[in-house]
Amino acid sequence: MSEDVHLSQISMDFGSFRAVNNVEVTIKPGEFFSFLGPSGCGKTTILRLISGFMDPTEGAIKIGGKDMRGIRPNARPTALIFQNLALFPLMPIWENITFGLEVRGVPKAIRRAKAEELLQLVDLHDSADKRVSQLSGGQKQRVAIARALAVEPKVMLLDEPLSALDLKLRQHMRAELRAIQKRTGVTFIYITHDQGEALAMSDRVGVMSQGVLQQVATPQEIYNNPTNGFVASFVGENNVFMGRVKSASDGMAVFETPKGNFSAKLGQNVSVGDTSKLYVRPEFCTLHREADAKANSIAVEVSEIAFEGNFVNVFVKDHSGDTHMVQVQNDPAVPPPALHTSCQMVFNPASCMILAEANVGHSGH
Amino acid sequence: MQELIRRYGISLSVIMAAMTAFWLLALVVIPNLVLFKFSFRLYLPVDQLGGPNDVYTLKNYITFFDSPIHINVFFATIMYSSIVTIICLIVTYPIAYMLAKVLKPTDTATFFLVLLIPLWVSEILRSFAWFIILSAQGPLNAFLVGIGLIEKPIRWITGFQAVVVGLVYAYILFMLLPIYNAIQALDTNQIEASEDLGASMWRTHWRVVIPHSKPGIASGCVMVFMLCAGSVVVPSTLASTNSRWFTEIIQQWMFEGLDWNVGSAYAFLLLVLCIVFVSLVMRVLNVRLVDIAK
Repeated sequence: MSEDVHLSQISMDFGSFRAVNNVEVTIKPGEFFSFLGPSGCGKTTILRLISGFMDPTEGAIKIGGKDMRGIRPNARPTALIFQNLALFPLMPIWENITFGLEVRGVPKAIRRAKAEELLQLVDLHDSADKRVSQLSGGQKQRVAIARALAVEPKVMLLDEPLSALDLKLRQHMRAELRAIQKRTGVTFIYITHDQGEALAMSDRVGVMSQGVLQQVATPQEIYNNPTNGFVASFVGENNVFMGRVKSASDGMAVFETPKGNFSAKLGQNVSVGDTSKLYVRPEFCTLHREADAKANSIAVEVSEIAFEGNFVNVFVKDHSGDTHMVQVQNDPAVPPPALHTSCQMVFNPASCMILAEANVGHSGH
Repeated sequence: MQELIRRYGISLSVIMAAMTAFWLLALVVIPNLVLFKFSFRLYLPVDQLGGPNDVYTLKNYITFFDSPIHINVFFATIMYSSIVTIICLIVTYPIAYMLAKVLKPTDTATFFLVLLIPLWVSEILRSFAWFIILSAQGPLNAFLVGIGLIEKPIRWITGFQAVVVGLVYAYILFMLLPIYNAIQALDTNQIEASEDLGASMWRTHWRVVIPHSKPGIASGCVMVFMLCAGSVVVPSTLASTNSRWFTEIIQQWMFEGLDWNVGSAYAFLLLVLCIVFVSLVMRVLNVRLVDIAK
């Protein structure tokens, strides 16, 4: 039913611009894998390489162990869901869904039955004879999924298909997509710039920047143990301190900054003496009256309080005027400190990391 | 009209509307009405005008239906205009597709320039160019004999083939532009989606590109067909005695026979029958007039 996809050190050049730089990853059969990154990071290029609209400049793409070079999209076991869906407006819904079967010569009666079956699967009854223009955004979305599923692909490729939907529908479709993926067992490769989407749906996430795959891991791992500064700051929020690694032992380091010395976990590719950055997430920071000898502390003053509903973002200023963010759960019994209160921002050494900058790869030219 | 006034002000709008009305009325509607009236009256000596013989009659139209030669010429005109239209379509579609979807936009401009430059040369010069190319001692025969493909020169300018060649060359851009516009408007993702779902190149064109560009194809075909059927310059340059065009007969009635009445009747017959023919073909191919107007 599903196949693995192996990107073997692929690079893609457009003229002198290297859009994808030496990407190596194996996506397991039946996995929901997301490529996450800002626009222009090369993730859409990767999708077009897998679907076969172009071949990589270097490296190989293998689906189920078979090298795909030179094989056109119409002969690959993949189905792509386009960002704008690309439904055929001149065909009724059922012909849209079974277009892939039509081109394979499946007789009309069987196609019609298959269309009804797929419409059930995506929860769209009685729409077989409607026109594309009669459907809402979410319904079009489902038709696009059904159309891709109809050809029984081994690998489904999705290019930010939820980006055009409104927030509520997007969240609903996330769960729906995930459910369809589990039900069908097809390998899903999902492209998005929305970290929430990637974290919520994926078995594993590959974070990309400037054509380079920065980290491949489970959503938890990506969030809790980012391998470099780019991953840390692209996924979730961070307070960042500039400084120098003073000493290190057992994976922990003392980090020297103008605001004092902090202990923190030492990330990959950083060693004693390096100038680097320390990252700590706002939800791992707390505000106390007194400094904590066992943890990192910095004297601050509350400068702004933003109530977000289920949590509260407290913005604090240190003595040099830099702003940091502390996130606390909303609890009327324990309100956050009032505005202009002087206090200590405290964070545990185990929940902050000294990380290197993004991996920019070795340049192709 | 309100939009026009809002945008350009009352005086400019009135001038524009008046000029359009003048063009339509004075240069299209009234001359046609005058000819239409001519076509129901007889060609009489001046002293009989207004006399008992000056009546409205269908005699001019009956002249056509009584003349098998003219009927033959009419059907030949329709048939060869259709052939020219089909050749233009077959030649143009791949070019339009390439210009719209395959070439880089920067190259498209250059290609269009190259395609449009011949249009700057007048139709009569282009027809004469073909007359020279196709003539018995002309460059085409010299070339074909030269490479040994034929033994002696072929007389191209007999029958309709030279007219067809000339007409294709004269009107092919009227086919290219609407089809190019239609394909240009197609979302490239649809072509890719079709290929991704397993369709061959032919299937993608048949099911996605051609249905989408049908209005453009239809308007190109109607335009080329009408221009061909009404063409005077190309047939009079490239036709021979056994390949007469219907417009030549109209011209003969009007300028050689000086019988504007029968000439007008023939001109209206050509117009009406062409419209009937085009409507029938559109009905068969399931194209509506509003599609063409897009």
